[in-house]
Amino acid sequence: MSEPEKDHGGEGDPNRRDFIYIAAGAAAVGAVGAVVVPLVAQMNPAADTLAMASTEFDLSKVSEGMQVVIKWRGKPLFIRYRTPKEIAEAQDVNLSELRDPQADSDRVTKGKEQYLILVGSCTHLGCVPTFGEGQFGGWFCPCHGSHYDTSGRIRLGPAPKNLVVPTYEYLTDTRVKIG
Amino acid sequence: MSEHPSTYDPKTGVEKWLDQRLPIVRLAYDSFVDYPTPRNLNYWWTFGGILSVCLVIQIITGIILAMHYVPHIDHAFASVERIMRDVNYGWLIRYVHANGASMFFFAVFIHMFRGLYYGSYKAPREVLWILGCIIFFLMIATAFMGYVLPWGQMSFHGAVVITNLIGSIPVIGGPILTWLQGGFAVDQPTLNRFFSLHYLLPFVIAGVVILHIWALHVTGQNNPAGVEIKSKEDTVPFTPYATVKDGLGIIIFLFLFAIFAFFLPNSLGHADNYIPANPLVTPAHIVPEWYLLPFYAILRAVPDKFMGVVAMFAAIAVIFILPWLDTSKVKSMRYRPVMRWFFVIFAVVCLGLGWCGAQLPDTPVIPGLPSFTLLDGAFNSYLWLTRFLTLYYFAFFLVIMPWIGLKEEPLPVPASISEAILAEHAKKKG
Repeated sequence: MSEPEKDHGGEGDPNRRDFIYIAAGAAAVGAVGAVVVPLVAQMNPAADTLAMASTEFDLSKVSEGMQVVIKWRGKPLFIRYRTPKEIAEAQDVNLSELRDPQADSDRVTKGKEQYLILVGSCTHLGCVPTFGEGQFGGWFCPCHGSHYDTSGRIRLGPAPKNLVVPTYEYLTDTRVKIG
Repeated sequence: MSEHPSTYDPKTGVEKWLDQRLPIVRLAYDSFVDYPTPRNLNYWWTFGGILSVCLVIQIITGIILAMHYVPHIDHAFASVERIMRDVNYGWLIRYVHANGASMFFFAVFIHMFRGLYYGSYKAPREVLWILGCIIFFLMIATAFMGYVLPWGQMSFHGAVVITNLIGSIPVIGGPILTWLQGGFAVDQPTLNRFFSLHYLLPFVIAGVVILHIWALHVTGQNNPAGVEIKSKEDTVPFTPYATVKDGLGIIIFLFLFAIFAFFLPNSLGHADNYIPANPLVTPAHIVPEWYLLPFYAILRAVPDKFMGVVAMFAAIAVIFILPWLDTSKVKSMRYRPVMRWFFVIFAVVCLGLGWCGAQLPDTPVIPGLPSFTLLDGAFNSYLWLTRFLTLYYFAFFLVIMPWIGLKEEPLPVPASISEAILAEHAKKKG
């Protein structure tokens, strides 16, 4: 099959056929991208899942030395009313000893040091730590043996980070909005 | 073997008509009736057939279970209990499916160790081996997602721990984790998509199995002597020889299967999974199913979270590249006097890793024995035992395999399969 003379440019020159190949190829890449985006994005949290992202809690329900566990974004949330002894222990730690150094004052609201609010999900692999066990007076994760102190900071075991303090704000003196 | 000429001879008019349009009967005849099989295959070679049976059992029972199961966090646990109590023979079908997963892995481990011992991964069977590795990886993914579906405590917290492994990847881990879970935690979207994928993956496995058998029939089967087929004297037709031998293997395997399904249906499971999932409380001792314990042990052996995940995936990845790690020209370890001992140690190490994976890391291995602290844990603890076993696991592939292959003096390899058989017969008579 002979091709028309005018389709041929010189050596290395683009001609109309090259242009069609490139244009068709580019269109195909664009089309694949347009198909992949919705197919991948549908796996991300849906609108109703995102809508459940914040919750409110009345702190007067927690008494001293007690911990309330509520569900927030599918995970447990620890709301702990700390005893003065626990607060003192948390504040007395030398920060250079910590794996993930953070002062206790950065983990609570000033003037409300007794209320510690944490995401109850071990930063290792997401198990729920239990309070009262472990070597540092705080939480202990039964799955792989991570120990947290009375500020929820990692002290021993495989977890790399402190228990997460969620973003929250005081709506009134005893009411907080989390998330 | 691809060069094996077709001997199918359609007799009836219908067969001739079909053969000219879709030679599917010819394909089956050439693959499973007149296919030349090495005449020295032993019973370790029946596990390929056994595994095909396992896959069929899982797909049939799985499709039936899906007719009664409800993939919703509020109904999943109850629907499984309904299958057990109310659905006609539901207890049987679920117990066969749940124990079938264990039987499937039991058979696949034997199949893989057989390939390892007899050098079935070596040229020209590298692609065959890699396809098998892909099947193994897909089996792990399928089994993990299936275990989540009953939505018990182990289901839920197992899913939390395993999906969080992905979250340990630096920078992109968090967004990928949210994308996988479909929310901020393991929840309804996660259960729903795991159900969808658990239904899909077995058919993907079936597809790769077809490629695996295709690759097998291109290169021909390996055999205990590890020498290639050289003449017609080396082979017997697949039917009746291999079909009958496979048949006996399958029947004995089904005995074992029945013992578990009927008499020990929960012995391989975990009691905590009969407690409905509660996101607010983690079971005190969380372990995966027995067949994943060696990999779980490797995960825990590494102190760094992300590196632990890397090590666990590397433990599987290293099996893929095995064909290029073994430097020995001799396939079968029958003729490798040094390597076979390292192989035996490797098998024991894999069992040991499985044992360690089920223990708490801080527990002493020998109770009462005085211990000292080495780096981050007591020396007499499962943590350190696991580390030594993990070290051997990787050293076996990355150091021993390449090194022994170069250094070892192999025994004389028979010239052909038929010669190997004759020599064996002579030894028995003499």
